[in-house]
Order: sequence, then C-alpha cells, then structure tokens
Amino acid sequence: MRRLTRVPEALVGFGILSALAVMALAASMLFPGDPLAIKGAPLLPPFQDWSLPLGTDRLGRDVLAELFHGARTSLAVGIAAAAAAIAVGAVIGTLAGFAGGIVDEVLMRITDAFQTVPSFLLALAFVSVVGPSLTVVVIAIALSAWTGPARVARAEVLSIRERDFVAGARVIGMHPLEIALREVLPNAVPPVLALSSVIVASAILIEAALSFLGLGDPNRITWGGMIAEGRTVLRSAPFLSIVPGVALVLTVLGVYLAGEGVVEGTAVRKGLS
Amino acid sequence: MSRAFLLLRRRLVGSIFVLLIVVVGTFLLLEAAPGDAVDAYLVSTGGDAGIVEAMRQSWGLDQSAATRLANYLWALLHFDLGQSVAFSRPIRDVILERLPVTLVLMGASTAVSFGLGSALGIYAGARPGSFRDRFLSTASLALYAVPGFWLALVLVIIFAVDLRWFPISGFETIASGKTGLARAGDIAHHLVLPVTSLGVIYLALYLRMMRAGMAEVWRLDFVRAARARGLSRRRIVLAHVARNALLPLVTMLGLQSAQMLGGSVVIESIFSVPGLGRLAQEAVALRDTPLLLGIILVSAVLVILINLLVDITYAFLDPRVGASEASA
Amino acid sequence: MTGPLVSIRNLSVSYRRDATSPSLRNIDLDIIAGERLAIIGESGSGKSTLALAIAGLLPSTATVDGAILWSGQPLLPRGGRDIGFVFQDASASLDPVMTVGRQIAEVARTHLGLGWAQAQHRALELLRRVRLPDPDTALGAYPHQLSGGQRQRVAIAAAIAAGPRLLIADEATSALDTIVQAEIVALIRQLVVEDGMALLFVSHDIALAAELADRIAVFRSGEMVELGTADAVIQAPGHAYTRKLLDAHIGLDAAPMIAQAGHGHV
Repeated sequence: MRRLTRVPEALVGFGILSALAVMALAASMLFPGDPLAIKGAPLLPPFQDWSLPLGTDRLGRDVLAELFHGARTSLAVGIAAAAAAIAVGAVIGTLAGFAGGIVDEVLMRITDAFQTVPSFLLALAFVSVVGPSLTVVVIAIALSAWTGPARVARAEVLSIRERDFVAGARVIGMHPLEIALREVLPNAVPPVLALSSVIVASAILIEAALSFLGLGDPNRITWGGMIAEGRTVLRSAPFLSIVPGVALVLTVLGVYLAGEGVVEGTAVRKGLS
Repeated sequence: MSRAFLLLRRRLVGSIFVLLIVVVGTFLLLEAAPGDAVDAYLVSTGGDAGIVEAMRQSWGLDQSAATRLANYLWALLHFDLGQSVAFSRPIRDVILERLPVTLVLMGASTAVSFGLGSALGIYAGARPGSFRDRFLSTASLALYAVPGFWLALVLVIIFAVDLRWFPISGFETIASGKTGLARAGDIAHHLVLPVTSLGVIYLALYLRMMRAGMAEVWRLDFVRAARARGLSRRRIVLAHVARNALLPLVTMLGLQSAQMLGGSVVIESIFSVPGLGRLAQEAVALRDTPLLLGIILVSAVLVILINLLVDITYAFLDPRVGASEASA
Repeated sequence: MTGPLVSIRNLSVSYRRDATSPSLRNIDLDIIAGERLAIIGESGSGKSTLALAIAGLLPSTATVDGAILWSGQPLLPRGGRDIGFVFQDASASLDPVMTVGRQIAEVARTHLGLGWAQAQHRALELLRRVRLPDPDTALGAYPHQLSGGQRQRVAIAAAIAAGPRLLIADEATSALDTIVQAEIVALIRQLVVEDGMALLFVSHDIALAAELADRIAVFRSGEMVELGTADAVIQAPGHAYTRKLLDAHIGLDAAPMIAQAGHGHV
C-alpha cells in the first residue's frame, strides 16, 4: 500500500474514490428524508442560498442532496456489476480453459456472441424487457461485461494448467472440476482483477446512459437521470446538467487513476523484488 | 491460397455460429418480454380486444416455443425481421432506412478518432516521458472519463446554443433541396457535434493505446538495431515504432465498432439524428421489443462484417498472421 | 593499412544503478583499419558494453569516462555509415512487419542518398553477397519466413549496406547451431576481407575467435587482462584467466582449434 502512495495519480484516484465513498455513506445522514422532496423555489442557481449550495432543479429539489444520493447509485451499480461480471467471467473462462475441447469451443463462441452484440444495446433490451430496477440494471450491465474477464481468465488458465502444482493435484486424484476451481481459478484471478477498474468505470457510464434514457431505477436518484432532467431546461439552467456530469467525470477518472496506480504500483514492486 | 482468404474462411465459419447464438439469444429475450406483439399493438392502437386471437393466429404466436423459434429462424433466412408494431411497417424496411445515417456517423467518428488519436499518440510516444507525452497522456485519460452523452449536452450548450456555430439537431437541413457536395457539406456541418461526442472517448483510447504500444516497441531489440544502422529518428519513429504499435489499434477497431453502435443510441437521441441508435431508443420508448431485437440482430451482423474487414486489414498489416495456416 | 581506425583511451563505463562496480574500467585499445580483433570474455566481462560504447549505443543511463577517437577525431562515427553492427539475436534485430529487402534498402537509402528503387536494387546485390538462397524472393520476404541463419545473413547485409569501415559482431553467431555458425563466420571473414573492413568480433567462444581473428583481447570483470596476436594468446597465454578459458576447451576441440590458430592470419 505504501508503494501506491508513491504514484501521484493513484493518490488522486484514491482521494476521489474516498470522497465518493464518504458522499455515498453520508448521504442519508447529511440529507435525511426523501432527496426527491421539494426544498425551495425551482431553478435556484448554485451559490445563491447557502442552505441549498448547488441550487435547486426544475421542481425545487436540492441538487446537492441529489448529488450525494446519486453517488450511492453510481458506486453501488459500478461495484456490483463489476463484481458480478468478474465472478461470472472468471468461472466461465476457467472452465473453458481447463476443459478444453468442445466445451471450450462452445463457451468461447458464446463469449464471442456476447461481444458481438453492442453491450449498451443488450443492456437496453434487457432492461426494457424485464423492467427497470437497480438489480436489473446491474444484471444488464454484467451481461456483457463478463466477456473480458472470461477471456483473460481462460488465457491465464491455459498457461497455469501445465504447471507443477496442477499436475500434482492431478496425481493425487483430485476431480478435474475441483482442480479447476480450487487450484487454477485462484491463480487466474489477479490478472482478471487488473481489469476491474475498466469494468467498474464502464459500468458506471452505462448505468448513467441508461438512466439518461429513462431506463434507470425510477425510485432512485441517479446522475444520469439528473442530467436528463436538466436537459429539459438546458438553455435556462445548464448547471443542472453540468454539475452531475462533472461528478460523473470525476468518478470515472478516479476509478481509472486508482486502477492505473494499482497496476503501476504492483509493477514497481515486481521490478524491485 | 492466400493467407487472407484462409483466414476469412475460418472466421466466416465461426461467425455463423456466433450469429446463431445471437439469434437464439434475441429469441429468448423476445419470449421473456411481458405480453407479445399483439398486446403491444393493442396498447398502441387502442384496438378491439375481440380480434386478439385471430391476430395471434395470423402472426403464429399461438404455437409452441420450438415452432416459433423455427419460424423465427426461417423468417430470418429470408431477411424477414417481422412487423414493427410502432411503425406498422416491416422491421427490415424501418432498419434499412435508418442504417445509412448511422454508418455515416460511425464512419466519420471512427475516422476522426482513429486518425487524430493515433497521430497524437505517435506525437506523444515519439518521445516517451517528455512533457508532451505526459501532458497528452493525462489529457487523454481525462477525456476517456467523459461520458459521450454529457459531452454532447455541453457541446450543445457552448457551440449550438451560445455560439450558434452548429445546428442543435438533425442529420441535414430538412427540405433544403441541396444535392451533391452542398448536401455533403450540410450533413458534415450537422454532424460535427455528434461525431465529436461519439468519437472523443475513442480518440482518447487510440491515443493511449498508440502511446503505450510505442513505449513497448521502443524497448524491443530491433529498434536498437535500427538505431545502430543509423536511421533517422523520424524514420525509426514512423516506419518502425509506430508501424508496429499500430497493430493492436487495428484490432481495437473491431471491438470499438460494437461499443460505438451502443454509444450511438444516446448520441443520436440527443441530436435527433435519424439513425439506428435513435431507432433503438424509439423502440424502447414505444415498447416495440421485436423492433429493438431486430436492431440488435442487424447490429450483430454489422459488427461481424466490420470485424471481418478488420481481420483482412490486419492480415495485410501483419505478415505473421495466418502464416502457419498458409504453409500448411 | 596502418594507423588506428578507433582509439579507445582510458574508457570507463558504468550503468547508473550499480556505480560501485563499473562495467568497463580504464580500457586502452586501438582497432587498426582492416584488422580482425576478437574480444573474448564471459558474460558480465564488459565485452558487449565495449561494443555498444564504440557504436554509441549505450543507454542514456550509462555514464562514460574517457575517450573514443574515430580515425583520430573526437567526432562520433555514424552508426550504419561508419560502423555496421550485428547483434546476437537476428530475429530480434529485424522489424517483424517490414520486408527484409526494405530493411536493408532503408540503410542504403539513409547513408548513400539513393532513391527507393536504387536502394532496393542495392539490397538485392547485398542479399546475393551474403549468399541468401533465392535472393529475388527473399527481397520481399518477412523475417519470420527465414531461418535463424538466414536472418543473421540479412542482419549482416543491413549492417554492411552503407559500406562501413568497421563491422562489430556482438555474439553474432552464438545463438546459431554449430554448422550455421561456421557458415556465418566464414561469411563474415569473406566480407571483411573483400571490403577491407575492420572487424570487432565479440564472443565468449575463444576457439571461434582464434579461427577468425588477427588479434585477441581477453576481458574479465570490466578489465582487459590480455591483448595479443591470436597465435600468441592461444599458444602462450600470458594470463591465468586466459589459460582457464583455453583449458575449458581442451579435450573437446583443442586440437582443431590450435590447428586453426595457425591459419588465423590469412
């Protein structure tokens, strides 16, 4: 961890992410009650009234409160979708790489198929068929995001499966599936995890775009939804779209920077040892 | 037989399987959708519930799932994607009408992002660790984090609302009567903001890939050998380092095409560009699931075709590809 | 031919990381025009560092003390034009996505001011000179389509494309099997004689050096421990370390080696 702090980009990234986590966790404490409640006159510009620092939206809701509650949704969706995608991808990739033959072939063609369909269209179709809720959005995003981890895990397994400890497990008569999941999978995980920052970032962006199109969870505040709300008054009150957008950019940037920092940090550590 | 041909044949066979899986997938989603096309039709027209059964029969919706899948496949083989409820027209016709617009938008975005992105990447990667390298690297990371739809709104506020340089929406001026170059110019003028919004993230991506790729190639022995042969720095950078680093970017073009099709949904909706993406958004808004799935199918075919094109290009750019097959 | 082509004076090189143990320490050495000089040593002896230093190819992190004079001038010679360099790994020293013809031609084009067509023609001539089979086809071939020995011939062609006065071969044959190795050594010998180039042959293989060189310099831990004619060094080694290197060969190929040493000066 000390190495990470030596990479300045990582420091910025983790700073942003920590601030975001605090925002998400403190949202209910700082802004108790329904963030969708009307708090003042509509379309109050930012920095006018210090009880409503970022002003109000078209309906007179507190923009800052919405921003904090939106951080929750973004983080929750990003992390949950990435976790699901990595878990599913790692298992499928491990199975494909370890089984080989026809199983590998079929699993990889399925992976191809999921990569062939534009992920946003797939998410769009899934949400519109099943109906928008936070869980559905998470599944919709994970539905196409698992392919990257699956490919990496498979490649990793193909290189690991011939190593000694796997052969050893084979000699002592472990079931192939047991070997795959207990001996090979854990070793294939680190390179897959290196993908996580990209997956989290793209999950956050897809969630925002879905919400922007009105396909987010209707009971939750999302930054994408806020941007869409603000769009209706884009000419008179552009800040309503700009503020949540900036939050989105900073979040995604934070995820990338932290991810790069971790990769560089581990590279540095490897280089020194 | 040429390498490219062998490669193409192998890829085509694989693509057919992939397409089949996509078809089955869309069919399953279609089945999972609450209500069927008839319900949707009734909702949209407010029509008489008495004709429901007759319609279900005539659309073949009363048969078993296996039969329906067979019918679905049979229809697809005849390029029949079914009837759009929302538009009361064959889905194929609606999609074909919108496809060219999206192709123009995607083509322009890809050209700009790939061209400019790789050029800036070469500029940065020519001198690893220099100020311009670090600046472009950081700037591209920031750009890479910008969601296209938000960028679109910001661009609209600045360049369409405030400065009035570009039109707020549309693909071309309606009923302008323009033809030829004048029309192309008009379309280009309309597409500046959409192309920028759609392409900027990929510009950043290509810049970063080129830069990172060059950083790796610089470390390779043949670059040292090229220096030992006294080649000019310019020639080493362009003909050797950038040329080798270009290869992964070409691969990326295939993956990017799928992502960009997805991105076009939001961008075309914002700019009211009547393309495939906007059609998808309309299909969602009008609850026309068969149309949405038709779009997905066409997108998948498009992505497969683009990937084949990319594979052929790659085979021309990298002589090592498929070498073992050709000699076998 | 008289007078040193390259004069190395009090040369020390260290890579920044471990400045305490320099890779090269106080080297004084002349390379005479047209001679064949072998640098012998184990890995880590500094022999490759010397080769890179002469060619101006040391990484920017290296610190260099002393002087390398080119024909008595303190000017740096130009790589490719004045010095041809052949590396150990031919596969890694060729661009994998450029035809070998073009890789040779670009050297001729850079240093001889030729157009592409002329340069390509010169590349064909060079491929004939390095005796690549079917040079017309090979011109359009990519490195991966050639064998290891053929690739090294291409690398040699690229190294001599602009007619340098010094050819440096840094372990140029050690990655090849014995038969190919002998062929490449013979080729280098022939080219050097025909073009009147000086040769700096860097190798860990004292037998190979004896076969090829007029003079041998023995390096150990960054220092030059012995320098003399090939005959003298092989038959009467002055340093215990040289004797050890020679002993390592006795029993395997000592007899042919000593026989070859007699022909060392063609």
